[in-house]
Amino acid sequence: MSATAELNRRLPGGRYIGGVLQRIGLDGRGLVIAIPTIWLLLFFLIPFLVVAKISLSEAAIARPPYLPIWEWSDGFLNINLNFGNYLFLLDDPLYVAAYIESVRIAAISTVVTLLIGYPMAYLIARSSPDRRNILLMLVVLPFWTSFLLRVYAWIGFLKANGIINNFLISLGILNEPLVMLQTDFAVYVGIVYTYLPFMILPLYANLVKLDEAYLEASADLGARPATTFFTITLPLSANGIIAGCMLVFIPAVGEFVIPALLGGPDTLMIGRVLWDEFFSNRDWPIASAVAIVMLFVLVIPIMLLRKVQAVDEGAS
Amino acid sequence: MSEGNATPDAEPRADPWADPHAVPFLQVRNVTKKFGAFVAVDNVSLDIYKGEIFCLLGGSGCGKSTLLRLLSGFETASSGQIIIDGQDQEGVPPFARKTNMMFQSYALFPHMSVEKNIAYGLKRDGLPKAEIAARVSDMLSLVQMDQFASRKPHQLSGGQRQRVALARSLVKKPKLLMLDEPLGALDKKLREETQFELIKIQESLGVTFVVVTHDQEEAMTLSSRIGVMTEGRIVQVGTPHEIYEYPQSRFVADFIGSVNMFEGRITEDHEDHVLIGSRDTQTDIFVPHGISGVVGQQVAVAVRPEKVQISKSQLHDMRNTFTGKIDEIAYMGNSSVFQVLLDSGKRVRVSQSNRMRSNEDTLKWGDRVHVGWHDDAGIVVSS
Amino acid sequence: MKRRSRFLLFMGVFGFVFLYAPILSLVIFSFNESKLVTVWGGFSTKWYGELFRDPQILEAAWISAKIAFLSASIAVVIGTIGSFVLIRFARFRSKSLLSMMITAPLVMPEVIIGLSLLLLFVALQGLIGWPGGRGMLTIIIAHSTFGAAYAAVVIQSRLVDMDLSIEEAAQDLGAKPVRVFFDVTLPVIAPALMSAWLLAFTLSLDDLVIASFVSGPGASTLPMVIFSKVRLGVSPDVNALATIIIGLVSLGIIVAALQMSRSKRSSAN
Repeated sequence: MSATAELNRRLPGGRYIGGVLQRIGLDGRGLVIAIPTIWLLLFFLIPFLVVAKISLSEAAIARPPYLPIWEWSDGFLNINLNFGNYLFLLDDPLYVAAYIESVRIAAISTVVTLLIGYPMAYLIARSSPDRRNILLMLVVLPFWTSFLLRVYAWIGFLKANGIINNFLISLGILNEPLVMLQTDFAVYVGIVYTYLPFMILPLYANLVKLDEAYLEASADLGARPATTFFTITLPLSANGIIAGCMLVFIPAVGEFVIPALLGGPDTLMIGRVLWDEFFSNRDWPIASAVAIVMLFVLVIPIMLLRKVQAVDEGAS
Repeated sequence: MSEGNATPDAEPRADPWADPHAVPFLQVRNVTKKFGAFVAVDNVSLDIYKGEIFCLLGGSGCGKSTLLRLLSGFETASSGQIIIDGQDQEGVPPFARKTNMMFQSYALFPHMSVEKNIAYGLKRDGLPKAEIAARVSDMLSLVQMDQFASRKPHQLSGGQRQRVALARSLVKKPKLLMLDEPLGALDKKLREETQFELIKIQESLGVTFVVVTHDQEEAMTLSSRIGVMTEGRIVQVGTPHEIYEYPQSRFVADFIGSVNMFEGRITEDHEDHVLIGSRDTQTDIFVPHGISGVVGQQVAVAVRPEKVQISKSQLHDMRNTFTGKIDEIAYMGNSSVFQVLLDSGKRVRVSQSNRMRSNEDTLKWGDRVHVGWHDDAGIVVSS
Repeated sequence: MKRRSRFLLFMGVFGFVFLYAPILSLVIFSFNESKLVTVWGGFSTKWYGELFRDPQILEAAWISAKIAFLSASIAVVIGTIGSFVLIRFARFRSKSLLSMMITAPLVMPEVIIGLSLLLLFVALQGLIGWPGGRGMLTIIIAHSTFGAAYAAVVIQSRLVDMDLSIEEAAQDLGAKPVRVFFDVTLPVIAPALMSAWLLAFTLSLDDLVIASFVSGPGASTLPMVIFSKVRLGVSPDVNALATIIIGLVSLGIIVAALQMSRSKRSSAN
């Protein structure tokens, strides 16, 4: 029995509603599919089209602060596509530099996160199952506390009279405080710190499936531990490495909070540029164009992530 | 089923499949199921009668589980017809079918107690509470699980879960119960005990069983009839005895038990006997009955290892005897299996039961022996 | 072999110190008498008192809690239906579109999600006069949408692991599909729904960027208030707030862990 037929039976007047639904091709199944689909279309996909549209319009002092793309005047449809915003992005060295800077900072942070996260993931994966769960919980726990407050904690650590400087000076290692806050270094630390769990979890999930017999077989065949690591473990965990790196790299490129709180005035990251264009300059078309270009920058990493995730799903 | 097996108060009855007037309870007519280009079930036709335990036997991927899912309504046939108790099942969803299924994984609801699991189907029928309680407790005692009524599935052993699954699938008194590898998850010892219990329950309730299994021993013990499946087709239907003793094809002979296969061609075709020339034996093999075939046709003679006799001395009163030497001996406790290398180069398996604890005349590795079989031991299979 | 494990141990200790030292410092200095957050001036709980006397923070916390509660609930509903449709339904026309849309928010920078939703709300306002200004409602919609993506990941993996024959058994025993869903599927995936809800709740409580874009006057969430405070430099009452949050989260995790080990023990018997 179809859900519509069920509806007919149960509701007074349900026959009419059921009939209407059926006529527009919606049965119970269709309705169930429609709920998440329509929600996401409306609040996820269509917004992007709006952004794309506004990125092609001209800024103006108005509410909302841009001119419409299409307009009816004298019975004609006037379409004013304004590619000026994109040309402006390309022309102004500030934006180009911000994109390059974002990718550079995100890439360096990702590599550092990998270097710290891989040994940790390996250690956890090779622990006894009981200890493994505790360690994993310890990795995830900071994630459940406020991201903003964890970034904030680093201000106290890194500033001129902060914990690190006070400690080093009291030991007599330093005479003058090191300038750490409001530098690129602080941004690296912030990104590595907040995204470390995103690196460790996929690496762990991958490494824990690695059969120890491979490593024993390799040792048995005469490979030293280092050789085994580089010829067996590393290649077999490639998917975990890619997934972890992309999960750190992609959000890091668009990061706003970390450069805003830990970075200096000259730490140009694109998320921050977009924020300033929007909130300070109120230039919505430029902000939209910045977002669209950022999406294009991220297309390749996102595809890479989807690919390794699809491979993982296929394998399990 | 022989008379001796029937329940005492029942009329001795003939096998329904042998009776041309009997109406099958379940009819499968030319059913095909395709998944894309893959044909999982290929034009299968099958009649199953009331009170049978019918086993669908085959290796993994032979289509037996798909056929079962077609019967229970979880898959829809690409073409063909399934009729249960006179009713075409086309378009009838699983929840509206009068059949039930016992799942291979048992599929007990993990969040419900044993009692609630068994009561679930009755509640869906909207039966009064008192009747549900009565029928659940009847079922619990039938499968001897009374003390475990309030346990959750994860608190039960594998054997106990199997009983609950059986009770749950029987409580609605289905006329047809489908069982997907019902004993597959049990260890060997428990499996053997449970087999007989399953037969007892089936006989006491008079339910028709369709069982899917890959285990030939299980199929042999449980079933009234077996349908052997391969590559989506049913290649032979028959009683366990027929399937074992009279396989109609090379595949069935090979799949059920072990067999020696002698390849050859028909050299002489008479009304009452044929001769088959085979490179495997050098001399012709004698088959004491006529077959449908022509001279020169490629055939094979299948002989079961336990039907082959082995001796150091000449075997008399046998037409099919050959010589060779013992190549390998495997001692299995109740029997021994010999591998004999015939002078033709063909290897023959011979199995001999160990009736005596020790034998003066023990056969040893390397002994020259005669092997042979009685005229009616060989079966001619063509394809 | 020995050397490698010593290296691993060192990296492990370093990693966990790195993860926890900042959190620990937040807690310690929340009890600092001195206003200088990083210089110890004696034990005091005065910043907690200050925190609870700050109406702005209290109001923002209440708004954030309401938003997080509602958006987590909506996110779980959308995430559950979406996951169920994707995992259990045979092919349908918009399947790959739905699958793309439900996972994409996971890898989308927050600034883009925030900007795009804001522009949508503005455009909708111009077209149909809805949502009638920005505030809690728009934040709830935004948080439900990206919360649904995270919820879907958790729920999908549970649905994939779930033995399909349990649902088939219920159907076989006479339950119609809707009944099967409520009788069998939902109870079986309930723990996953709970984790999904908690995840969406936490993400909503945590979000600064998206909320900043889509919120309007009068709807400042807790992260927005903290951010504006923190931008001006460290302040000890933020440490006190952080300590309270860390305390609540740790408590929640400990309770969950105990619950899990108890259910594991009972299933082992």
